[in-house]
Amino acid sequence: MPELSQLELETRFQKKIDDNLYIEPKDWMLDKYRKNLLRQISQHAHSEVIGMLPEANWITRAPNLRRKAALLAKVQDEAGHGLYLYSAAETLGSSREEILNLLLTGKAKYSSIFNYPTLTWADIGAIGWLVDGAAIINQVMLQRASYGPYARAMIRICREESFHQRQGYEIMLTLCRGTAEQKAMAQDALNRWWWPSLMMFGPHDKDSPHTGDMTKWRVKRESNDDLRQKFIDRTVPQADFLGITMPDKDLKWDEATQHYKFGEINWEEFNQVVSGNGPCNRERLNARVKAHNEGKWVRDAAAAYADKKRKKAA
Amino acid sequence: MPPPLMPIKNERKQLNMEQQDNQWPLWEVFIQSKSGQPYKHAGSVHAPDGAMALENARDVYTRRNEGTSIWVVPAQYIVASTPEEVGSFFDPANDKVYRHPTFYDVPEGVKYL
Repeated sequence: MPELSQLELETRFQKKIDDNLYIEPKDWMLDKYRKNLLRQISQHAHSEVIGMLPEANWITRAPNLRRKAALLAKVQDEAGHGLYLYSAAETLGSSREEILNLLLTGKAKYSSIFNYPTLTWADIGAIGWLVDGAAIINQVMLQRASYGPYARAMIRICREESFHQRQGYEIMLTLCRGTAEQKAMAQDALNRWWWPSLMMFGPHDKDSPHTGDMTKWRVKRESNDDLRQKFIDRTVPQADFLGITMPDKDLKWDEATQHYKFGEINWEEFNQVVSGNGPCNRERLNARVKAHNEGKWVRDAAAAYADKKRKKAA
Repeated sequence: MPPPLMPIKNERKQLNMEQQDNQWPLWEVFIQSKSGQPYKHAGSVHAPDGAMALENARDVYTRRNEGTSIWVVPAQYIVASTPEEVGSFFDPANDKVYRHPTFYDVPEGVKYL
């Protein structure tokens, strides 16, 4: 078979993407594509894993057994989602250990939303409703991302996430139908989680550095601003039903565009949290490193046990 | 030339924790969703042996009764067709329309064919 030139390989690669086909691990791919996807997928995996921490904070203090079992299942799901995504990232040619080490040494990023604290039980409701809600909007788009293993992981994750969002909304609804104090707690959680949730979609399109190539490669199929708008349009009526209000005096329905108008996001806060100065950045990373180190004996024991069995069998 | 399948880089990041390579073998996971159905690839897990790979696969891929049976296969033993040869590899089937029932004429009025 004649060898193809770089240009022909690139043309075929792009055509495949444009024809709505998928790139698989062994297929030829642009080096830039491989690098960008590896970065995005591993950051996505780290976000799932770090995302377990703020919620795990409330497992032992859940108000009853039903809530506790549901929260435990949700946090377990996040671990599973991290694993699906690490597997997908590994197919791009990096080892699990390398990817994890980048997180543990603070070199890799994860979603900034998890650098905010969970101060009350209502925060668990707000996270499921808003944070998972925002994540779903983004992940639904990614179900058709051009990289096969990533798209397949997303399909699985989306199927599981809808339970997360519902359990969050149910917590909010219960609080909002409770005492005045409970409703105030729900409002307080909304006040603190609303803006960070909007920031999850990233900078405005005009300020978004990676969007160009990722759009061309069918990874990012909708823009940050469009996804954010979709989230707001879906979520405001849900808050109306709860009887609580978004902390945004500029928020109002615009009859002309059939969308909600909203106030300006505090990008200074966003940049601060991204660059490591959020309320919990250090705490999260320390907790992750501690968990990794304290899990060492489990990994060692598993390896020793497998070794012993192999020797016995031999 | 296409890049090699899995260029594992060997640079080790400096860490104040365990430094040795802790990478357990990779196992591909196949799940049968219902009795009688074919096994389908679900993803992969790392594990030191087959029994633990099975347990990990159960915990990761069947948290909601997605399976009645699981296979785990060491990833290194999977032999796959190569994308560069996709044309010539599948080519022998391309011109054999007579392998399909629609190739044959059935006279009107003849049933159960």
